[in-house]
Amino acid sequence: MSAVELRDAEARVGGRTVWRDVSVTVERGAFVAVLGPNGAGKSTLVRAVLGLQPLAAGRASILGRPPGGANGRIGYLPQRRSFDPSTRIRGVDVVRLGLDGARFGVPLPGRRSRAAAARVAETIDLVGAGHYAARPIGELSGGEQQRLLIAQALVREPQLLLLDEPLDSLDLPNQIGVAALIRRICRERDVAVMLVAHDVNPIISYLDGVIYLAGGTAVEGRPEDVISTEALTALYGVPVEVLHASDGRLVVVGAPDLHGHHAH
Amino acid sequence: MPTSAVFTGLDWHPVHDARELVAYPFMQHALAAGTIVAVTAGVVGWFMVLRRQSFAGHTLSLTAFTGASAAGLAGVPVIAGYYLACGAGAVALAAASGSRRSLSRESAATGSVQALALALGFLFISLYHGLLSDLDSLLFGTFLGVTRDQVLVLLLVAAPTLALVAVAARPLLYASVDPDVAGAAGIRVRLLGLGFLLVLGISVAETAQITGALLVFALLVTPAAAAHRITARPVAGVAVSVALALAVTWTGLALAYFSVYPVGFWITSVAFAVYVVARAAT
Ligand SMILES: Nc1ncnc2c1ncn2[C@@H]1O[C@H](COP(=O)(O)OP(=O)(O)OP(=O)(O)O)[C@@H](O)[C@H]1O
Ligand SMILES: [Mg+2]
Repeated sequence: MSAVELRDAEARVGGRTVWRDVSVTVERGAFVAVLGPNGAGKSTLVRAVLGLQPLAAGRASILGRPPGGANGRIGYLPQRRSFDPSTRIRGVDVVRLGLDGARFGVPLPGRRSRAAAARVAETIDLVGAGHYAARPIGELSGGEQQRLLIAQALVREPQLLLLDEPLDSLDLPNQIGVAALIRRICRERDVAVMLVAHDVNPIISYLDGVIYLAGGTAVEGRPEDVISTEALTALYGVPVEVLHASDGRLVVVGAPDLHGHHAH
Repeated sequence: MPTSAVFTGLDWHPVHDARELVAYPFMQHALAAGTIVAVTAGVVGWFMVLRRQSFAGHTLSLTAFTGASAAGLAGVPVIAGYYLACGAGAVALAAASGSRRSLSRESAATGSVQALALALGFLFISLYHGLLSDLDSLLFGTFLGVTRDQVLVLLLVAAPTLALVAVAARPLLYASVDPDVAGAAGIRVRLLGLGFLLVLGISVAETAQITGALLVFALLVTPAAAAHRITARPVAGVAVSVALALAVTWTGLALAYFSVYPVGFWITSVAFAVYVVARAAT
């Protein structure tokens, strides 16, 4: 059973078809990038997998259930979320919400509560957010908030991670660090990852697959097939060049949304 | 004005004064009512400040005034008017704020509800001249004439309301800080938002009975805002908010008892002082 399977899916937002005839598969434990220009429907795809965006046509199976049926086993990081500076809630509390925030009832102190706190602390260490997790989240930088939100998505040990531009608002070393972290979790814990990205370079060497959204539909393929000068140029409609760096890595240059940070 | 002219009732002897404060049933009722109101306002206010819904809270307090004046006109108990109008106001605000959480749109809609509530309130007042003598206490509060029954009703409404907030506390916190992810985690964010507005309406209706409709803010916002400044831990924050609301209410009632000024004035002034101190200290 695949982590994500869409067949002939169509999404309509506000009466307009965003994409149709989308058939994509994400295997368990696979690291897949979702690429495409602004407005192509990448976030819509993520929301469709969560069942927040109903499909207008087609079938979908997410971790063996219809969309929305397995959300307890999915970690979700929405796009460009920053907390209002006046939000005076600690980072550690925000991570904790990801663990049991949806539960009704009064949490009583005891063994279970200590175990939950230990899990939260462990996850915060995993993303390297330990030294600022006790500060109010609204006061943290965008990158610090992002790491805590990744911890929030990870804290339930999900089987599928849906990350909508998690590298946004991170500087270059942090992009590389967070990408490596996500890849490690993907490998070690056998978590499937769907990661929406504009800059493919920090993750290019980790990818098992690529989903391209453009022109109202999606193309799926292996990274070496899709990340080529011809394919990307056709997709974005502007000249894009894929270079082979001396260490064998691919570097994408020229796409307006695929900023070639590494290319200097 | 010299101090002795303001605090006409004061002996300037702490033990005598404290004993006198609780000697009369009317003052016992006022303190009991104030305690119930302060706990409710402290808890609900903390969430209201977190959700940035102070404007909605203010609108509901004007709705409380409308309800009270309508009740006077209709000849039903003023307290029924408070609860009914605040409940209706909460539903109106939820409907007006629409499906998407957009702050600017929400405040435009909230402002419209507020203007309508105020206009209706004054219409009812002018239709029923008899109420005019009570206008001051409707707007600025009174602690005289709080009856045993009124305390009982306050308690019967506050207890289940607070129990509800306690049971829904985690999802409410989640939906308040992080509505998108909370929705994906299966929380009915919209429904919870409506539920919270109703709880807020009930709290306003309770608070207005002590502070008057215009000064509800002193208990609902000020202690909560100070608590948010003092600590970023949710449980501790709610506790500090309640403690401050209690301190403000008790001090305000005591000052009003011994002085010539109304209780709403004192509660507001003490609350303001608490907020200034919290701001300066954090
Ligand atoms: N609430 C909405 N009402 C109407 N149209 C919407 C709404 N949300 C998104 N859309 C439209 O749906 C299309 C896809 O949006 P989506 O957010 O999925 O794009 P995206 O690929 O994630 O873009 P970006 O790279 O900017 O994040 C866009 O054309 C957008 O204008
Ligand atoms: Mg997007």
